Amino acid sequence: MSATTLLAIVLILALAGYLWGRANAGAIKQTGKAMHSVPAYHGYFVALACGLPAFLLVLVWLAAQSTVIDAIIVADLPSYITDGVEASRMSLILSEIKSIAAGRIFGTPDQALLDAAERYSALQDIASLAMVVSTLAIAIAGMVYARSRLSLEFRARNRVDGILRWLLIVCSILAIMTTLGIILSLVIESFAFFSRVPVFDFLFGMTWSPQTPIRADQVAAAGAFGAVPVFWGTIFISAIAMFVALPTGLFSAIYLVEYSNKRIRSVVKPLLEILAGIPTIVYGFFAILTVAPFIREFGTSLGLDVASNSALAAGGVMGIMLIPFISSFADDAISAVPQSLRDGAYALGATRAETIRQVLLPAALPGIVGGVLLAVSRAIGETMIVVMAAGLTATLTANPLEGVTTVTVQIVTLLIGDTEFDSPKTLAAFGLGLVLFISTLALNIVALQVVKRYRERYE
Amino acid sequence: MSDTTSQSGKAKVRAWYEPDAKLSRRHSADKRLRAYGIAAIIFALSMLATLVGTIAITAAPAVTQTMVTLEVEVPEGAVDPSDPRGGSYQRILNDSIMRIFPEVDTPREKRELRKLFSNGGQYALRDKVVDDPSLIGRTFDVTFPLADIGDQLHKGVIDRNLPPDYRRVSDMQIGWYDRLVEQGRISAPLNWGMIFNADSRFPELAGLWGALVGSFYALLICFFVSFPVGISAAVYLEEFAPKNRLTDLIEVNINNLAAVPSIVFGLLGLAVFLNFFGMPRSAPIVGGLVLSLMTLPTIIIATRAALKAVPPSIREAAIGVGASRMQTVGHHVLPLAMPGIMTGTIIGLAQALGETAPLLLIGMNAFITAAPDSMFNPSTALPTQIYIWADSPERGFTSRTSAAIIVLLGFLVCMNAIAIYMRKRFERRW
Repeated sequence: MSATTLLAIVLILALAGYLWGRANAGAIKQTGKAMHSVPAYHGYFVALACGLPAFLLVLVWLAAQSTVIDAIIVADLPSYITDGVEASRMSLILSEIKSIAAGRIFGTPDQALLDAAERYSALQDIASLAMVVSTLAIAIAGMVYARSRLSLEFRARNRVDGILRWLLIVCSILAIMTTLGIILSLVIESFAFFSRVPVFDFLFGMTWSPQTPIRADQVAAAGAFGAVPVFWGTIFISAIAMFVALPTGLFSAIYLVEYSNKRIRSVVKPLLEILAGIPTIVYGFFAILTVAPFIREFGTSLGLDVASNSALAAGGVMGIMLIPFISSFADDAISAVPQSLRDGAYALGATRAETIRQVLLPAALPGIVGGVLLAVSRAIGETMIVVMAAGLTATLTANPLEGVTTVTVQIVTLLIGDTEFDSPKTLAAFGLGLVLFISTLALNIVALQVVKRYRERYE
Repeated sequence: MSDTTSQSGKAKVRAWYEPDAKLSRRHSADKRLRAYGIAAIIFALSMLATLVGTIAITAAPAVTQTMVTLEVEVPEGAVDPSDPRGGSYQRILNDSIMRIFPEVDTPREKRELRKLFSNGGQYALRDKVVDDPSLIGRTFDVTFPLADIGDQLHKGVIDRNLPPDYRRVSDMQIGWYDRLVEQGRISAPLNWGMIFNADSRFPELAGLWGALVGSFYALLICFFVSFPVGISAAVYLEEFAPKNRLTDLIEVNINNLAAVPSIVFGLLGLAVFLNFFGMPRSAPIVGGLVLSLMTLPTIIIATRAALKAVPPSIREAAIGVGASRMQTVGHHVLPLAMPGIMTGTIIGLAQALGETAPLLLIGMNAFITAAPDSMFNPSTALPTQIYIWADSPERGFTSRTSAAIIVLLGFLVCMNAIAIYMRKRFERRW
């Protein structure tokens, strides 16, 4: 029986519990005495007591089952297979056992593996049977227990409200759990990385070439994990992006708020926001399809040497993506400046440009700065555009026509198609991820604080 | 009366007025700022137009697929009627191709000729025979795609006036292709395979079906996780939570989660779902879970805004007639806030649909030639399929990538249109 069917059965049981509880309460009501809660709440109570624990059990079971069974199988393997085997080899052995159990046998596997496969399918069967039995048992037990609690004075509504309230709390704690999960997974893997590569070498080293030799006797670089060129590439591309996005976004916001009439604004503003809704992969393709060849041809016609994955192309396209970001934040900030400030400036004889430059922009500055910081954090964390349009080799250069690489590009290239978790190469991706997370988090917190404080000023 | 005074007042000022270099400088500064604004908007909009325009233009060739129709003779005995799947259809097809071009005899030329026809031809033939085994021993027409070079030739992407070394088609192949056209064997129907085929190494056979199914499953999971959890969290924070350290922490957390780079969620999915819980790699269920964690903050923020917009009088009225706080929320506040919540949810799902980076890290960029049967099977998603195709060197994939982008943008436009419609139609101003 699959988990889906099981959950459907639990749902049906809960529904039956609801009807049972309600019918019972209805019968009490017939006696004409005053009840604490309406019959429907008696029904809800039984349904929750029946469905909720069973549902949670299924979820926990599904999450744990494969890990537990794997551990049992590994523990039972004869020592000549498991001795001195690394985690990566172990997972290969496990997947071989699983494919034998699924009936895909290649060559002549070890007898121990065949036995393990047999045990594996037996355990699978036992586990899914046990899940069905225990789930149904818990559901029915919950239903019977809840039913026995029902009585004339039973405070069903309060109990149901209490249970629902706990559910709501659990759901909002999930948001914290996500952050916690992010931090834990990044920190744990990064620790494993930093135990092989010193933190100092990672943060301040000047060479980045994460290729580690595959075989011990192979002639290859030992792998250098100095991330400065990668950080520089990220900052460089983000700076190019801001160089495009900041003036464009700011000037268009100024025009839309202070100069244009309502009709133009109502057309242009949604059009600009379309730019924000386009998935970044589309920008990435646009960069390699149109922008990069254009820049290359233009540069070549001027006699310049342009790399096909120049930082200018990636940064420029990223800048286009960020225009609506800047413009909508600047728009909000400028619109929020009270009309009295404008009127005051005009009354003193200032032109519109002077009012904007000397009154509105200083007043709106915190909001604009907050938006810019958020945009910078976006640019640093942006992945697909740079994965497609920026380079793979880490070079320390200030020439926008050369290719540079970024943190996100390196994370993707280090992790794509590689599931082994014990090589410094994959772990390095988590080290980079940690740096990325911390820097964007810092930017976000500062930006949100700035924006919040600014809002309070005029509200 | 006041009109005349003000007019005469103005006239007086104008009469006093001496053309002042400083004033005209100030005015031209004003005009400059205005011009900058217009230029910025024109730049942004022209970039938008270039983006959409170039992608639409590049996608245009993928609208049709060049097909060739051949008479194929399946000789008795070449295929076993009791097991029609097992026949060597490639050889049968080759024989009928050679019948059209009897002069081709050297192995090298034969190889060149084969390159004009898609590898999918044998499967088209096989499916036809499997469907109707009575075809064995007869001659009948089979229509199947030309290979990428033939397709490009038909669409004029390959310039046949270039010297042979500069194009990927030899003079001989052009001659053969022209003969096929003369014989009326070439047609270019609408490219339904683009939607209904799964992925393939050969551009003429590659389609989006696997990616569409994968994205559908992932969004389904994303909806069923993030919608209830998001609403519950928002209801708690907005309607029940006491003001204390913990709820402040949750608030800050949610705002920050909304701005965490998407690739970090990919790292989370890789470390937690794949490595810790041992979930299947490349599966839509993992993709959906990662996307739901990303969508959660969007839904929570939208729901809180919608709940805030419901006036307190509704709550007071419900409490006043004896409803519990949970009943107040469940029976009155939440239904009234629903349009806003749905709008936010659809926008969140649209963002999730276009998200690529986290899906790359959990392996949804695998090369998979069949649509997934369930959400536990390996699959791609629409944006990762675009990424795979954009990385493929064959020319035919360029137009298919653009076409896939158009499909993706089409879905996004529809979802956003629904969201805007719902906002316009159901939103209540109190």
